[in-house]
Amino acid sequence: MRLLYFAWVKEKTGIAAEDVDVPGDVGTVAELIAWLKTRGPEFANAFDRAEVIRAAIDQAHARHDAQIGGAHEIAFFPPVTGG
Amino acid sequence: MIRVQTEDFDIGAEIAALKADRTDIGAIVSFTGTVRDQAGQATGKVTEMTLEHYPGMTEAELARIEKEAQAHWPLQASLIIHRTGTLKPGDNIVLVVTASEHRDAAFDAAKFLMDYLKTSAPFWKRETGPQGSKWVEAKATDDEAAMRWSARKDAAE
Repeated sequence: MRLLYFAWVKEKTGIAAEDVDVPGDVGTVAELIAWLKTRGPEFANAFDRAEVIRAAIDQAHARHDAQIGGAHEIAFFPPVTGG
Repeated sequence: MIRVQTEDFDIGAEIAALKADRTDIGAIVSFTGTVRDQAGQATGKVTEMTLEHYPGMTEAELARIEKEAQAHWPLQASLIIHRTGTLKPGDNIVLVVTASEHRDAAFDAAKFLMDYLKTSAPFWKRETGPQGSKWVEAKATDDEAAMRWSARKDAAE
């Protein structure tokens, strides 16, 4: 599964994109975040305030309770500030 | 039509292209968002703004909200242009143009497009000033502006 990070989430993780093998018991966006936080201090810090981080599954906005099964690309980013 | 680009845009040329040889359009509304220097504000002066985005999803979201506007108002044409990269105070950031037979649809659809773009299109602004640079925080008032439209649509349905 490809993971993408944007804006300050990217700065905190230190990477823009990576391909990961997600454990089989990770079923939702929230569970994916919980797993990511165990991958090191950068990830624990980036996802510390998980409630403010937005997610997208295959380039469409997704809630934290959304299922990630079958997704190719999951992105994490702060609330958007364009316009 | 939607476009995401680093280059500037010419508002007059964009409106002229949208009209082209059409004679059925009665109302054209345009909104342009520009970079403010915010001089004199407590947050400090802005000398530069960098816009990051999510290539692929940005285009998908802009196309989705444009389609939604076209479904709710009798628009004859619409255009959304959003710039990315590094901009200076005074530079253009975003252009929304809507065309309809009558002004109400054009005004309302233009506001709807901007309100939704602000809360759903994956762009992030980073402002730089003499004190350093920081990511711009999302405003609750932007969420409320977008929410008003869904409340209005629910009432209409």
